[in-house]
Amino acid sequence: MNTRVKIAGVELKNPVMTASGTFGSGEEYSEFADLNKLGAIVTKGVANVPWEGNKPPRIAETSSGMLNAIGLQNPGVEVFCKRDLPFLRKYDTKIIVNVCGHTPEEYLKVVERLSDESIDLMEINISCPNVNEGFLAFGQDAGHVERLTAQIKKVAAHPVIMKLTPNVTDITEIAKAAEAGGADAVSLINTLTGMKIDVRRRTFALANRTGGLSGPAIKPVAVRMVYQTAHAVKIPVIGMGGIASAEDALEFILAGATAVAVGTANFRNPSAAEEIADDLKAYMEQFKVDDIQELIGGVRE
Amino acid sequence: MSKYKEHALVCSQEQIGTDIWSLWLQTGNIAREAGAGQFLSVYTNDGTKLLPRPISICEIDREWNRVRLVYRVTGPGTGTEQFARLEPGDIVEVLGPLGNGFPVDLKGTVFLVGGGIGIPPMLELAREITGDKKIIVGYRDEQYLTEELKNYGEVYTATEDGSEGTKGTVLDAIREHGLRADVICACGPTPMLRAIKEYAAEENIPCYLSLEERMACGIGACLGCVCQSTEVDSHSHVRNKRVCKDGPVFLATEVELS
Repeated sequence: MNTRVKIAGVELKNPVMTASGTFGSGEEYSEFADLNKLGAIVTKGVANVPWEGNKPPRIAETSSGMLNAIGLQNPGVEVFCKRDLPFLRKYDTKIIVNVCGHTPEEYLKVVERLSDESIDLMEINISCPNVNEGFLAFGQDAGHVERLTAQIKKVAAHPVIMKLTPNVTDITEIAKAAEAGGADAVSLINTLTGMKIDVRRRTFALANRTGGLSGPAIKPVAVRMVYQTAHAVKIPVIGMGGIASAEDALEFILAGATAVAVGTANFRNPSAAEEIADDLKAYMEQFKVDDIQELIGGVRE
Repeated sequence: MSKYKEHALVCSQEQIGTDIWSLWLQTGNIAREAGAGQFLSVYTNDGTKLLPRPISICEIDREWNRVRLVYRVTGPGTGTEQFARLEPGDIVEVLGPLGNGFPVDLKGTVFLVGGGIGIPPMLELAREITGDKKIIVGYRDEQYLTEELKNYGEVYTATEDGSEGTKGTVLDAIREHGLRADVICACGPTPMLRAIKEYAAEENIPCYLSLEERMACGIGACLGCVCQSTEVDSHSHVRNKRVCKDGPVFLATEVELS
């Protein structure tokens, strides 16, 4: 049985990865999950310098979902390379580094710094709804996305995944712009911008007022967008948004995702990603699927 | 120190106040590893409520591998209301023990200060601190756990409405009785912790505070539950310590309570 998939020439042992921001750099979760069983680990976003993120409260639960407004707190690329990458390299899994910045220059500094490092792929976060300074706007404008992708591709030593926001009118336009800029793959969806109000206190539940909605509540939106995007571009699509079981992962794969990422589910079950990888195999055995390639985009019209 | 995700067995459940419930759980390994001031992530059986509820440990029975959680039901339709419906024999998913907990090898006279739903961890702490201690508890009106705390030390009570003990705050009770300490351990609402921090600074005594914040992962990965720290933190190299992992217990001088 073959569970291996390829993204920009990088072979993953299975299509299950972690979603950026939900898994740190893997260390905290290594107590609960065998990281060797994952296709790839996608790190929390890393910037050129440490970012302190937003004020708390940063978390609010919603029905079948949650809002977060962390604001991309991270230690910066130097600490990340010295501390987190050596940890990840101990495991037999692929390393995908998620990159964030406020300006093209900031992204490029991180990408350049990572060029010296032994990693497998980079995922460029142009879609976080929780950082100001026009950051999300990068990801909402096709022209910006194409230009930024092209600039990054010029200096990147590793294949580049552009991570897309669902907070747009037509995500396929943004995906096509990333492809035109030279992206090796796209990943989607990042969180949907939302808001929660505490009616007893008459205050916002989050200090940032708005936050990114994730979890099973957003899964049907994500599956639809992955399906549309897979039909709009030729580069691989990585699907995510509310995946909590192998059945959820299969929906994305059948819709056209080459790989999938498990995010919010890690908070409910710290070994969720590993279990989903195991259960995918069980599904393939049960339905006599010899090669996972048969499933990618395999939804019957 | 290891953490475990376990299916704990409900041994008993008892309502001990208007909204306050007491739950004894049989665990696999958690109780043997747990210490005063640590907490458990407790999961609901309701798939629409994704996040675990962080609940502090009230009592540990290491011999029988049981832990006691005393918690407040925060309203109708909440996760804690679902916990209150658990009955002996039911299974509940828990992750723990989490966080750092209070130090227990403290010298001299120790103040154990609890306010509101911050009182439960003071019971296990009172059991574990063997030296001289004064237990000061603050309530809005209705008391709970007071009688149990009396088994482990002198208890001084403050109530907002004056229905029992000193009318006012825990600090009013400390002043009214002329109490003095060499070290303070406190858990409760932020205004109380802020006042205790100020008092400890004035008196120049070491003070440990247990903080609370909205959490998601509970294990230090998501950076959802940070508090502002005076020094640069070890994780992100900014000034944000993680309540779930670096805390929930901090030296008062380590954190800013805004």
